[in-house]
Amino acid sequence: MTGTERPVRITDTTLRDGSHAMSHEFTEAQVRATVHALDGAGVEVIEVSHGDGIGGSSFNYGFSTVEDITLVRAAAEEATRAKIAVLLVPGIGTMDDLRNAREAGASVARIATHCTEADVSIQHFGLARSLGMETVGFLMMSHRTSPEELAKQGRIMVDAGCECVYAVDSAGALVLTEAKARIAALVAAVGREAQVGFHGHQNLSLGVANSVLAFESGARQIDGSLCALGAGAGNSPTEVLAATFDHLGIETGVDVGGVLDAAEEVVRPYLPRWPKADRTAIVQGWAGVYSSFLLHAEHAAERYGVPAHEILQKAGEAGYVGGQEDMLIDIALQLASGGK
Amino acid sequence: MKATAAIIGPGNIGTDLLAKLRRSDSIEVRYVVGVVESEGLQRARSMGIDASAEGLDWLLSRDELPQIVFDATSAKAHRAAAPRLEEAGIVAVDLTPAAVGPLVSPPVNFGDHVDAMNINMISCGAQATVPIVHAVSSVVPVAYAEIVASVASKSAGPGTRANIDEFTHTTSRAVRELGGTPRGKAIIILNPVEPPMIMRDTIYCAIPPDADQDAITASVEARVAEVQEYVPGYTLRAAPQYDEPRAKWDGNGRVTVFIEVLGAGDYLPTYAGNLDIMTAAAARVGELVATTRLVGAMP
Repeated sequence: MTGTERPVRITDTTLRDGSHAMSHEFTEAQVRATVHALDGAGVEVIEVSHGDGIGGSSFNYGFSTVEDITLVRAAAEEATRAKIAVLLVPGIGTMDDLRNAREAGASVARIATHCTEADVSIQHFGLARSLGMETVGFLMMSHRTSPEELAKQGRIMVDAGCECVYAVDSAGALVLTEAKARIAALVAAVGREAQVGFHGHQNLSLGVANSVLAFESGARQIDGSLCALGAGAGNSPTEVLAATFDHLGIETGVDVGGVLDAAEEVVRPYLPRWPKADRTAIVQGWAGVYSSFLLHAEHAAERYGVPAHEILQKAGEAGYVGGQEDMLIDIALQLASGGK
Repeated sequence: MKATAAIIGPGNIGTDLLAKLRRSDSIEVRYVVGVVESEGLQRARSMGIDASAEGLDWLLSRDELPQIVFDATSAKAHRAAAPRLEEAGIVAVDLTPAAVGPLVSPPVNFGDHVDAMNINMISCGAQATVPIVHAVSSVVPVAYAEIVASVASKSAGPGTRANIDEFTHTTSRAVRELGGTPRGKAIIILNPVEPPMIMRDTIYCAIPPDADQDAITASVEARVAEVQEYVPGYTLRAAPQYDEPRAKWDGNGRVTVFIEVLGAGDYLPTYAGNLDIMTAAAARVGELVATTRLVGAMP
């Protein structure tokens, strides 16, 4: 069995999911300071990538100010104990990006697909394993399918070489028992062959509560971001997760004081705005819309003079999935022309 | 007089292609070939076409060989078939990702490959987007182009799913080499929503700050009309959109084109515009081959 031996391992995704909230403008100095603080506080896995995964720098998602491979290399240099993880979304990034990330020092490959499309990740898991990387499967928008179907998709990833399958609540739309049911179904499907993880968003303010329920349902890996820095209303805050699990007497290996300092003294000064559940973010959780659409909807709203929350509502009705940021402009154009 | 043709691979793609070619004024499908007995072969026989489950060996042993073979099998099978077809003097129109021959988008570069013995149809995303990149680069220099193809999950077959990197690599290569830009990127998204979504494509091109927007729009609209000649459901969702230059874009501006591809529904469902544009483009190339070199220029 690979993965973690602790009851819960926290993976910090400030430098990946937070890339959305930073409009992909992380500097090397910010990355080094954040990795230094997280590593010092005992966080064992730190994810560093463009928000849409390595190779995500683009017109559609936003260009990175500093190439993500450069940031991965800096993070790997800075870390003394922590492993550096990268996210790869097949269809956006490629196996070449994964090889480059490995060469730059990444040792955990997190391969993400929409929750019903796990079979596109098979070759990427194969490559990650052959490169000697720890593997994680990211089933995004997991509110969009049933626990049973999600479990089948998790099984596909595990059979392909995935060592931990995550239910990813990309829209911050799962409400308590809905998160529990998905974790329980995944645990039942993968048994002892792999671990199960949970990645929460705060659009309905339930990221931390869902994470605790996920643990109770058998999840061993939990994602968070310092100051919640992430898409939509942000992620489950790493510092709140650490304090909550500590209060419950569940060992994560993370020093609570250390991550509180990291959040307050390292990340807070560079926050463009503190992620919170405002109207547009709540609509994302309520309508089940991919959290990363937030800033793109706001830009389209400003450009075409239509409300951002209406764009997001339409995106939810249309069933758009992660990666379809271009459709937000399309919706804004339709709204602006008085169309449907 | 019509050019004679065969289709290898009587699956969904081959059957849809057959429906299109049955309407052609310049191509007559004589043979349909598979490697196992199938519904597709039965369907071909019911149309009076000579069909066999004995593969390429059967086809190449006919007294009268076809002039054109459309290959709708797999990249591996096409790589094996290609040299045998060429040796037999048969023009291959390849719908697989094998890329043995030149990559061709009919309105962009067929004219450069009139005499090719093997023509590759690239990918659905390339057929839907490369003509637009080329239309923009025909007016202004395009420093970078990026395309996003969104398709219904149900229309993405096992071959595409097993090797999605092949799509991104081949399509971005076509964006560069045929589209006319030094740097290109391709993204593909599979969406499982019900009812299935119609294929959508977004094309972004980096353009100079002083670009003539009216000329670009006119070029794009003319190109859409050209594609519509063989893909009637290929439409602009909105007028091309222009963004002001930004430092983060190396000082370039941007034009964005939104395309929808509604399939003709010949055999495949209409939402599968991604598959329809492949069979339609292949039929188009076959007809161009037939009329330019096989049955002589039309009087």
